[in-house]
Amino acid sequence: MSMEKIIVRELNLWYGEKQALEDVNMQIRENRVTALIGPSGCGKSTFIRCLNRMNDRIEGVRITGKVEIDGKNIYDKDVDVVALRKRIGMLFQKPNPFPMSIYDNVAYGPRIHGTGDKKKLREIVEDGIRGAALWDEVSDRLETNALDLSGGQQQRLCIARTLAVKPEIILFDEPCSALDPIATGKIEELIHDLKREYTIVIVTHNMQQAARVSDYTGYFLLGEMIEFGKTKKLFENPHKKETEDYITGRFG
Amino acid sequence: MITANTADRLLKILLWASAFAIILVLFSIMGYVFLMGAGVMNLEFIFTTAKNNWKEGGIITAIEGTLIVVSIAVLFAAPIGIGAAIYLAEFTREGKTTKIIRLAADSLNAIPSIVFGLFGLTLFIHYLKDYTGGASLLSAGLTLSFMILPTIMRTSEVSIRTVPLQEKMGSYALGATKLQTVKNIVIPGALPGIFTGIILSLGRAAGETAPIVFMTALNPITPSSIFRGGNALTTTLYYLTSEGISINRAFGIALTLILIVLTLNYSARFVNNYLTRNQRR
Repeated sequence: MSMEKIIVRELNLWYGEKQALEDVNMQIRENRVTALIGPSGCGKSTFIRCLNRMNDRIEGVRITGKVEIDGKNIYDKDVDVVALRKRIGMLFQKPNPFPMSIYDNVAYGPRIHGTGDKKKLREIVEDGIRGAALWDEVSDRLETNALDLSGGQQQRLCIARTLAVKPEIILFDEPCSALDPIATGKIEELIHDLKREYTIVIVTHNMQQAARVSDYTGYFLLGEMIEFGKTKKLFENPHKKETEDYITGRFG
Repeated sequence: MITANTADRLLKILLWASAFAIILVLFSIMGYVFLMGAGVMNLEFIFTTAKNNWKEGGIITAIEGTLIVVSIAVLFAAPIGIGAAIYLAEFTREGKTTKIIRLAADSLNAIPSIVFGLFGLTLFIHYLKDYTGGASLLSAGLTLSFMILPTIMRTSEVSIRTVPLQEKMGSYALGATKLQTVKNIVIPGALPGIFTGIILSLGRAAGETAPIVFMTALNPITPSSIFRGGNALTTTLYYLTSEGISINRAFGIALTLILIVLTLNYSARFVNNYLTRNQRR
């Protein structure tokens, strides 16, 4: 039985007048993969961005409720958002490597956090790239531009970049929506391996993907979390009718 | 009777003629300047100092003066313009303040260039004489810097805004601060556009006459210090023509000026291509 890493309590979010999340409660377990599914616009991406306070950057957003990580509410006034984001990595829909070399991409995080020592930096970069199962493909061309990599390689490079800052939690916001099935398979395999060391939350609109990679699944609809539970159970024997309609493809 | 088909063809010819007129105007000006200017063009004209009230010798002092004045202008205008652009694009939300700043920049752009000259005359030559040396290369450069400030700010801002949001998000998600993100992601990404803007405004500054007409000397002066007077290509051209000293030599200066400005414009394109080669594809 693993511990709860993140506990979300009564989370509400408004974009101006429009409410996008309504009273969301959830417990996310350590070293497990938690998937969030639901139709477009249901609030799952908005929700995952609450977990590393990425929504802070958007104008007109108002948030109430709590997100506790290791028991500490990350919306408390004394929380350092920059330090928080170092603990919580994030991957985006479209791979977003920086327009610089493969090496510099992965070294970006450690450098801004003050790792100056070249030898140590090199180790961190190599560990990151190995951790993202990309080493064999790029070890001989670390100085080439990251934008020359394929989409799937770029996304794994972004994972390597995230691993290099040694986070505790990694958030994946539809990480495979721009990738082909083979690249998607590699990312899923990687997520499966990563959960040994990290707590993972993944937003996906692909139900098969949720079923394949996750231990727990939450189903979102119109800003509310309709159902949350073990993935196997949620897919095979959902409690709520809305969930059943969605996973059987009658809706969404 | 004009059929629809004929009307169509007629319109097409008219539009083509308008487009062709642009090329015609360009070639007649360039061709004429080249024909008139080429006669006096030689190494002596470019590389020696004028003698006998510009009637003999060359225009090296004016070339040097223009290059120095324009460099001073960019040295002052670029940091301020780029700073303002970064503030507008990254450090503030759209609102009253940004509107006022943009309006100020646009208004600055709309001020006739002779007014800058008059303003520079009073400010730099009279009030700040002790610091600028009066009618000096520095005064001329500072006056031009006011003129090119809005262009540098606007082109920089546009270029900063083209840096993809995803790249910035990626930086924030790694725990970077705003300042680190601006320094490591935004500025490098915007650099090609910023450079292009600077080089284009260099070209524009080199071609201005009115703002610096009160600040440059009529007699040939080899620039020795930015606090002393000097010549510029445009004002020397104006002097040679208005005083009827030598039309041919004025065309020689015009040709030199056109070559400098064209070189700047093309190098802007070259620099832009060179700098963007490693970015977004």
